[in-house]
Amino acid sequence: MKVLVFIEQRDGKIKSSAHEALTVGAKLAGNASSMAAVIVGNNVSGLTSQLAGWGADTVFVSDAPQNALYNVQNYASSVEAAIKAFSPDLILGVASPMGRDLFPRLAARLDGAILTDLTAIEGHGTGISGTKPMFSGKCLAEVSTEGAKLSFATIRQNVFAAQKPGHGNATASAVTAAAGDGRIKTIEIRKGKSAKPDLTEASLIISGGRAMANSDNFKVLNECADVIGATVGASRAAVDSGYATHDMQVGQTGKTVNPNLYIACGISGSIQHMAGMRTSKVIVAVNTDKDAPIFGVASYGIVADLFQVVPLMTQRFKDLLK
Amino acid sequence: MKILVLIKQTPDTETKIRLTADGRNIEQGDVKYIINPYDEFAIEEALKLKEKLGTGEVVIASFGGDSSKELIIKGLAMGGDRGLLVSNAGLEGADSLGIAKVLATAINAEKADIVFCGKQAIDDDNMHVGTMAAEILGWPHVNVVTKFELNGTTARIEREVEGGQVEVYDVTLPAVFGAHKSLNTPRYASLPGIMKAKKKPFDIKSPADIGADPSVLKPKSLIKGYKYPPEKPKGKIFAGEPVEAMVEKVVKLLRDEAKII
Repeated sequence: MKVLVFIEQRDGKIKSSAHEALTVGAKLAGNASSMAAVIVGNNVSGLTSQLAGWGADTVFVSDAPQNALYNVQNYASSVEAAIKAFSPDLILGVASPMGRDLFPRLAARLDGAILTDLTAIEGHGTGISGTKPMFSGKCLAEVSTEGAKLSFATIRQNVFAAQKPGHGNATASAVTAAAGDGRIKTIEIRKGKSAKPDLTEASLIISGGRAMANSDNFKVLNECADVIGATVGASRAAVDSGYATHDMQVGQTGKTVNPNLYIACGISGSIQHMAGMRTSKVIVAVNTDKDAPIFGVASYGIVADLFQVVPLMTQRFKDLLK
Repeated sequence: MKILVLIKQTPDTETKIRLTADGRNIEQGDVKYIINPYDEFAIEEALKLKEKLGTGEVVIASFGGDSSKELIIKGLAMGGDRGLLVSNAGLEGADSLGIAKVLATAINAEKADIVFCGKQAIDDDNMHVGTMAAEILGWPHVNVVTKFELNGTTARIEREVEGGQVEVYDVTLPAVFGAHKSLNTPRYASLPGIMKAKKKPFDIKSPADIGADPSVLKPKSLIKGYKYPPEKPKGKIFAGEPVEAMVEKVVKLLRDEAKII
């Protein structure tokens, strides 16, 4: 099938997850002439050379001042121009905040089928089938776009390992799209305070629950996180009690995470919390209650007080990583 | 100003999802249904806006089955003025684009000036319908809204993205906004509110009644079936030993067995 991969960049830097989409796209396309990429931004033409060997012979570039900051009107028009130029069967991207904003708009505009946040994907003629977690992962749906003329799909981050296919010469091809009518103006994009990866992108997470007892105590987790380069999360109980901010919340009404390591400290493991983190590759649970449900999904567990365990663990990590 | 809020019925977050024996469906029997939690933030923002303007109408609308009616009434009890249920009878398999087409028709028929919805439904976790309805209407949208401030016909919006970054937009109405958790704190329905809600105007219409072509509901994105996530093998849980010893064991396992640290 013919695949067009949307390459997400912010501040002139290609997101690492774009390589996951390119890897999946190259497998579905089969050869480099059946795959193209599209990149939207301002002064981003130089990025195309970084895509050589990543499976696509053509990289469409919509390079214009109005694309400096993400704006769904301008980005949708740019990707639409690339779709018109390449006539793909499938437009593939990542289920990032940008992908999840842009793809539904494009699918509605071009009357396409759309599958979001896939953890497995296969080609079938011009359509695709795949697996998609639902209810934050309490169950998996087998989904398909068979029979559709045009399909859109986003893959979940951190699920597909990026592997450079080694073919595709990534020749740049300019596409242009008129600037939007200004009914959505991007005023600015404020930087986050934290230099750490977002929970949804983090490969290591340490989270605290109700047992944290107050917000100051999160410094125990922060210290551990700093040593191993983890991002700090929280359960809904901790957020609702005001111990942590809502952007730290992991669970069904918070973030769904998929790290290599998830350390749950003083989290009992409610159904809605586990829905958000159960696909973590390794789960460590620390809780004083040996019957806490979190131990049921834990790879390793310690039945003890987190305030004793975590500082010791931090010290041991420090020794190992010296 | 006519403010329309789109809500969806979803299973409660503490619900255990059970599949039918053939894996084709989700067992409905013991599921407790709630207003999709993010939609409550949408209702609250709509009510706040009406209060600030001192005028206007808040319509609580949903595309769904009969059981959605009581959830719309819950929205009316919070302070909505009128309910609209577009019945999905016979159209339960509609995909997000089909639903967006029907709801766009409803938004048009209502001549809404502004639409609020939740950023995503917690059942399919798609984040599709509000954005798609905006596209079909030719309107702007911003999803995952954490701050909303209207000045005349332009709204200053903040949207949360990854890494704590915030995108700031100026959006000209009419437009669709998808509410995120930190936008506000939804109010509880008061007892008088609950009493009054049952007497508020409520329409149940079919897609054809509002002028939607039912053929648009033929799904392109299909759900073939469901399965449970793979079971985790039983973990190694340590208890009753000195804390130092247990920490030592787990750190060693993370190093040697899991090869993570």
